[in-house]
Amino acid sequence: MTPLKERLVQLEVLRYNPDTDTEAHFQHYEVVCQEEWVVLDALNKVKADIDPTLNYRWSCHMAVCGSCGMMINGEPKLSCHAFLRDYQGVIRVEPLAHFPVERDLVTAPDDFMDKLKRVKPYVIPKEMKPISEGEYRQTPAQLMKFRQYSMCINCMLCYAACPQYGLTPSFIGPAALTLAHRYNQDSRDGGRKERQEVVATHEGVWECTFVGACSEVCPAHVDPASALQQMKITSSIDWIVEHLIPGGKP
Amino acid sequence: MSRNPLVRAVPPTSWFFRQPRYLRYMSREITSIFIGAYCVLLVVGLQRLSAGQTAWEGFLLALRSPASIVFQFLCLVAAVYHAATWFNATQKAMPLQIGENFVPGNVISGAHYVVWILLSLVVLYFAGVF
Repeated sequence: MTPLKERLVQLEVLRYNPDTDTEAHFQHYEVVCQEEWVVLDALNKVKADIDPTLNYRWSCHMAVCGSCGMMINGEPKLSCHAFLRDYQGVIRVEPLAHFPVERDLVTAPDDFMDKLKRVKPYVIPKEMKPISEGEYRQTPAQLMKFRQYSMCINCMLCYAACPQYGLTPSFIGPAALTLAHRYNQDSRDGGRKERQEVVATHEGVWECTFVGACSEVCPAHVDPASALQQMKITSSIDWIVEHLIPGGKP
Repeated sequence: MSRNPLVRAVPPTSWFFRQPRYLRYMSREITSIFIGAYCVLLVVGLQRLSAGQTAWEGFLLALRSPASIVFQFLCLVAAVYHAATWFNATQKAMPLQIGENFVPGNVISGAHYVVWILLSLVVLYFAGVF
């Protein structure tokens, strides 16, 4: 078997200790890694061999859990999905942009979690029926209508990529609004009207200016930009029906 | 453990230099200025037309000045770029599902280009080009 190729990797990692620091600073590490590794492996090696005080989140190491999002050379990435072979020279690792930094590479996701709750990301049945009547059935075509948007892993890379969220933190943001769209599109759901109170507002879809960065960075190939533009169209139709058609109700 | 999170502010006037994709976005947005300026030019043209033949001919003469031609060329480039970015975006805003499958995005955007070309030919026809 061919031995794995080794490489000396240089990392510049943003450090912040909330107990002692008022500003963040970069710390330089040099660590021998295997060429096939990802940035998360390099951080694990640093933590194991060089600096056990380095803090970051991770769990699954296979781009499913969404825990290890970081800015890698300025780009929001899952560090378990950022292959060292794709980077030359010093690799700069920072916490996800637009979120408060708790410590080193650990950010506070509280704002995203609050917004996620506000869009009611769950099926609100059109009609409740007793269990004896069986499940709420759905055709494959009805499933395909929202399936893509159900792939979100809540990694928040789209928030780190979205300049509108960075500039206007009250913006509900790409992932939460996309999940609202996912449930609005679900044939079993009847909760769109409730969600519109959050979606069709200045803090909702109308804060989006269609930069499109959210879709470009999404590791799960969800297309938040598409979901938000579709919701702008349906919200506009609601407005026209309500204001321009006598007796019209969206 | 007490929480003392660090907020790293986004620079409000230079954030778009952070990523090439932000510069692309800003270039799309800036084309709106040229389109807005050209709309003002059209309104001025209408006003000159209503002011009589002498005023209208003066306006037409001004349109042929080198500065005006440069301005109109820049507006044309900006309008084409602006239109192309939005036509490319239509596939995201208006996905079309037939049965279990979605129509490929380039078909949706391509249809907009085809309609654009046809309408441009109609406009050129009425302008007496053909």
